[in-house]
Amino acid sequence: MSIAICVENLVKQYKDVTAVDNISFTVNKGHCFGLLGPNGAGKTTTIEIMEGIIAPSSGQVLYQGREVDASISQQIGIQFQHTALQDFLTVKETLNLFSSFYQHTLEQESLIELCDLGDFLNRDNRLLSGGQRQRLLLALALINDPEIIFLDEPTTGLDPHARRNFWQLIKNIKARNKTIILTTHYMDEAEQLCDDIVIMDQGKIIESGTPTQLLSKHFNEVFIYLPKEQVPAELSAEHSWQKHGERIEITTANVEQTLALLMKKNVSLDGLHVKSANLDDLFLHLTGHALRGEA
Amino acid sequence: MKLKRFLAVFKARNIEFFRDKSSLSWNLVFPILLLVGFSFIFSGDGRSAYKVGLVVKAPLTAAEVYNNNFTDTRFITFIDYEHVVVAKERLSRHTIDLVIDSQQQQYWVNEQSAKSYLVERIFSEQLNGYSRLETSGKKIRYIDWVLPGILGMNMMFSCLFGVGYVIVRYRKNAVLKRLKATPLSAFEFVSAQLLSRLFIVMSMSIVVYSGCNLLFDFFMLGRYINLFILGMLGAFCLISLGLLVASRSKSEELIGGLLNLSSWPMMMLSGVWFSLEGAPPALKIFADFLPLTHLVAGARKIIIEGASLGDISYHVNILLIMSMVFLSLGAYFFSWNTER
Repeated sequence: MSIAICVENLVKQYKDVTAVDNISFTVNKGHCFGLLGPNGAGKTTTIEIMEGIIAPSSGQVLYQGREVDASISQQIGIQFQHTALQDFLTVKETLNLFSSFYQHTLEQESLIELCDLGDFLNRDNRLLSGGQRQRLLLALALINDPEIIFLDEPTTGLDPHARRNFWQLIKNIKARNKTIILTTHYMDEAEQLCDDIVIMDQGKIIESGTPTQLLSKHFNEVFIYLPKEQVPAELSAEHSWQKHGERIEITTANVEQTLALLMKKNVSLDGLHVKSANLDDLFLHLTGHALRGEA
Repeated sequence: MKLKRFLAVFKARNIEFFRDKSSLSWNLVFPILLLVGFSFIFSGDGRSAYKVGLVVKAPLTAAEVYNNNFTDTRFITFIDYEHVVVAKERLSRHTIDLVIDSQQQQYWVNEQSAKSYLVERIFSEQLNGYSRLETSGKKIRYIDWVLPGILGMNMMFSCLFGVGYVIVRYRKNAVLKRLKATPLSAFEFVSAQLLSRLFIVMSMSIVVYSGCNLLFDFFMLGRYINLFILGMLGAFCLISLGLLVASRSKSEELIGGLLNLSSWPMMMLSGVWFSLEGAPPALKIFADFLPLTHLVAGARKIIIEGASLGDISYHVNILLIMSMVFLSLGAYFFSWNTER
C-alpha cells in the first residue's frame, strides 16, 4: 500500500494554546482516513495545515515525499467545515466560477450526476437546503478531479436522511480509488466510511488504527441494558453493575452466561438491549469523557 | 495572472451586485434623491451669503491692500485672488458676486446677477472713485455646482463600502478561505474586485448623470471624456482606499467604523456641499490629503470652467499617487484569512 500523505511531528501553537501537539501519522493511498475527536481536539487545525491553508509552528506534511507548495491546490479538493457561498449566484454559476480556477476539471455533467445536483442547478445559493448546500460544496471539492479530498465535518447539521445520502456520495467517490481525509465527531460516520482512524484529544493523538483493530484491542465485552426497576439493587451491587440513567448497564464477555444468571434470579428480560462496543465507547474508555460532549 | 480566473471572479462579482436589487436601487436612487432635494431647497437665487473677490497681487496681503471698510462688513465672505482673470471667471459664473481690484481702482459686477447688484449697492460708498466694469455669463446654479460633489460622494460610498464591506464579509464567512484553497491568486482576486467595482461605479454614475441631466439640463463647459477619465481615476483611488481599509480585518463592526472614519471627513471637508475657497489654510491642507477633494475639485473645473486634463494635472497626479500608495499598502497587508 503506497503512502499518499505523511504528517511528521506537527505542532501548531496559538499564543497560550497548543492546538496541535507534536502529532505524526500516515494516510494510505485510496483509503478513507478519519480524524476523530470532540470539538476543540485539533482536528480542523490539523486538516488545514495538511491543506496548506495555515502554516504549522513546526513539523511538516509530505505529499508523496514532497513538501506542500502552491501547486498542491491543483491536486487536492477541500470541503471546509464553515464556508459561505457567493450570494445571488446559482449552483451552475458557482460550478462555472470554480471550474475556471483549475487547469484540469471533471466534466460538469458527470460532476452534477455524481453529487446529485440536477434538481437545483439553477437555484440561488441562498435558497439551498443544508443537504443541497453540502452536496454543492462536495462538488466544488471534486471539481478539479483531485486525487486527495479533504472533508471537514461534512455532515454536521444535516438530518439523518441527508447524512445517509451524503455517506453514499462519499462511498461512490471512494469507489473511484480517491484518498479521502475526513474529520468528524460522529462515530457512526467514521465506522461507516473510514478504513483508518486517528483519535485526537487536546491536540494529541490518543489512538490510531482501523476501527475493527481498535475495538478488538480495547474491548472483548458487550453491553447489556435492562430497565433499572427490573434489577434488584443487591444483585447490581454484588456484580458492580452500573446505573445509566433509567437503565442498568451490564458489561460482560459472555452474554449467554449473564442471561442465564438473570433468568435464574427471576429478573424480567422485558426491554433488554444488547450492544457491542463502538467508537463512542472507545473514546470514553480512552479519555474518560464522552466523544460528543465538549472537550 | 490567468485571465480566465480573473474574468470569472469579475463576472461573479458583477452578477452578485446587479442581482442584489436593494443595493442596486439604493445606488441609483440615493444620488437622485439628493439632487432633487437640493434642486428644491436651492431653487431660489442660490446661497444666502454674499461672496466678494479681492484681487491681491503677491507679495502683498489683503489686509495691507484693503482697509477695514471693506473687510469688516458682516455676512460677506471675502476671497483673495491673485489673478483678476480667475476672479472675473468666478463672477461670470455667479459663484462670487463682486470683484474688487483696489490697486487698479476698479471693480466688476455681473449684470445678470441680482446678488451682484445688491453687493454693489452695499459697497457703493467704499467704491466711490473706482471704475465700474461689467461682466456677464450663464449662471451656475447651485445644483450645477453641487452635482460633482454628490456624484463624487456617491462614488465614494459605493467604492469604500462596496469593496470594504464585501471583502470583510467574504473573509468573515470564509468565502475568502475557500477561494484561497483554489489556485486563484490574491492578485487575481483583488484586481477582479477592483475592476468589477470600477465598472459598477462608473455604470451607475453614468446612468445617474444622464437621467438627471434630462431633468435638470446640467451646465457643462468641458468635455465629457475628460470627466469620465477623471471619474475613473477618482473611483480607482477610492476603491484602492477601500481595499487598504479592508485588507486584514475580519470584523464587520470594525470595518464599519474604519469606513466611516474614512468617509465622513471626505463628505464634510472635500467640498461636496460648500466651496473650500475662503476656508482656513489648515483645513485646506487637510482636505488636500483626501482623494474626494481632488475628484470633486477636478470635476468642477471640467464642468464649470471647461478645464482640460492638463489644466487639472495637479488633481490627476495626486489621485494617481494616492492610488499607488493605497494599492501597494493594501496588497502588502492583504490577508485571505486572519488567523486566530
